[in-house]
Amino acid sequence: MIEVQQLTRRFGPIVAVDRISFNVQKGDILGFLGPNGAGKSTAMKMLACFLSPDSGTATVCGYDIIRQSLQVRRSIGYLAENAPLYPEMTVAGFLHFVCDARGLKGAVRREAIERIVPLCSIQNVYHQTIDTLSKGYKRRVGLAQALIHNPPVLILDEPTDGLDPNQKHEVRQLILKMAKEKAIIISTHILEEVEQICTRAIIIARGRILVDSTPQKLQQDYRGTLEEVFRKITLGKKTA
Amino acid sequence: MNGFWAVFKRELKAYFSTPVAYVFLVIFLFFAGYLPFREGFFELRQADLNLFFQILPLLFIFMVPSTAMRLWAEERRTGSIELLLTLPITVPQAVLGKFFAAWAFLAIALVLTFPLPAAVFYLGEPDPGLIIAGYLASFLMAGGFLAIGSFFSALTKNQVVSFILSVAACGILVYAGMPSTLEYLSDMLPDSVLSVIESLSIQIHYDSLRRGVIAAADAAYFLILIAAWIYASMFVVEERKAS
Repeated sequence: MIEVQQLTRRFGPIVAVDRISFNVQKGDILGFLGPNGAGKSTAMKMLACFLSPDSGTATVCGYDIIRQSLQVRRSIGYLAENAPLYPEMTVAGFLHFVCDARGLKGAVRREAIERIVPLCSIQNVYHQTIDTLSKGYKRRVGLAQALIHNPPVLILDEPTDGLDPNQKHEVRQLILKMAKEKAIIISTHILEEVEQICTRAIIIARGRILVDSTPQKLQQDYRGTLEEVFRKITLGKKTA
Repeated sequence: MNGFWAVFKRELKAYFSTPVAYVFLVIFLFFAGYLPFREGFFELRQADLNLFFQILPLLFIFMVPSTAMRLWAEERRTGSIELLLTLPITVPQAVLGKFFAAWAFLAIALVLTFPLPAAVFYLGEPDPGLIIAGYLASFLMAGGFLAIGSFFSALTKNQVVSFILSVAACGILVYAGMPSTLEYLSDMLPDSVLSVIESLSIQIHYDSLRRGVIAAADAAYFLILIAAWIYASMFVVEERKAS
């Protein structure tokens, strides 16, 4: 459902994403791993049609990210890195705004909100101003925003960042529950997360894909924990 | 259209769910009421709003950029632009939604100056046509300033910088057409250049519109001014959204 071919993006002299290619099928949960500044977020921003690539192409659900950006954005749920929201709005007002933008009206909207609010455990803060929420709640409101239209493709940039261990567990269960119906890409620094939920793992450093494999296979091939594998691959430039 | 209405509704509500709207309205209405009286509203002994409409451009030079400065600068500073533009909302829809919401807000501010015309109607028999023309001209001028403000807000992440740049741009457009400026420039520039400056300035078009001469050329001036700056805003937002 996601096909990426030779996607490249530069910022001035820095090549943030360097000719990456991969595919994601329905049912896959792809874990994007890599050190900070490796190009994970840039790649995700391009798939979410926020950044335009310098070269290469990608399609989401058959739509081209450059020429059919609106259709792509309709079929994606995207959670950006710091889950930016509008601080002066209430959670209710914010979700209604997202429904407005996504054209969810009447009964469909009511159903969507009734489904998503308990799913993301935000019923306690539903009428609160976003400004007053803790980081964990803000993140879950961001997640609710990404899931509200039940999209076939999910792109989540560090979805469990800033959550406590219980909340992390809940979000992982939530992602697992939805996985059968969707193609999901998540980026994360937490390696145990990859082991627990991802069906595939891509390790990316300095803008290039170093490994495209499964968490289990990685551990077998490199004979070690995922953390050791990660260090070997991203630091020991030529060991892979 | 979904995208446009979603942005329009959100923006208009945002004015009233923050102190912005109330601070703006109080200050605007205070000066809109105070300045005409200080300039001799009673001494003129004329039942019209000429003084009020004469003062409005000066007030708008400061008040409109203060409404416009947050439009894009804030969105980019907090990063919410990434949320906005990864929803199925196109850049033109977002720019227009924000622009029309701010314009609607300024229209509300103008409507709230109703005690002034009410007082004039109570005191004498003013020409209602002139008052309507005056409000229409002010509304169009507000739109022009707002489009300029929208452009400068898209240019920078810093609201203060965006405010200062748009005040300067609006000020130049107004003052270029003032008789005193034109007289001063007439010593240095040939008449042909002078008439170009005069016809590019907001002042002359605003004056002729509010005097009840609804000329297509004057209305077109404002519409072209708005369209050009809004188009430029779209271009800048598209170019700089992620930087």
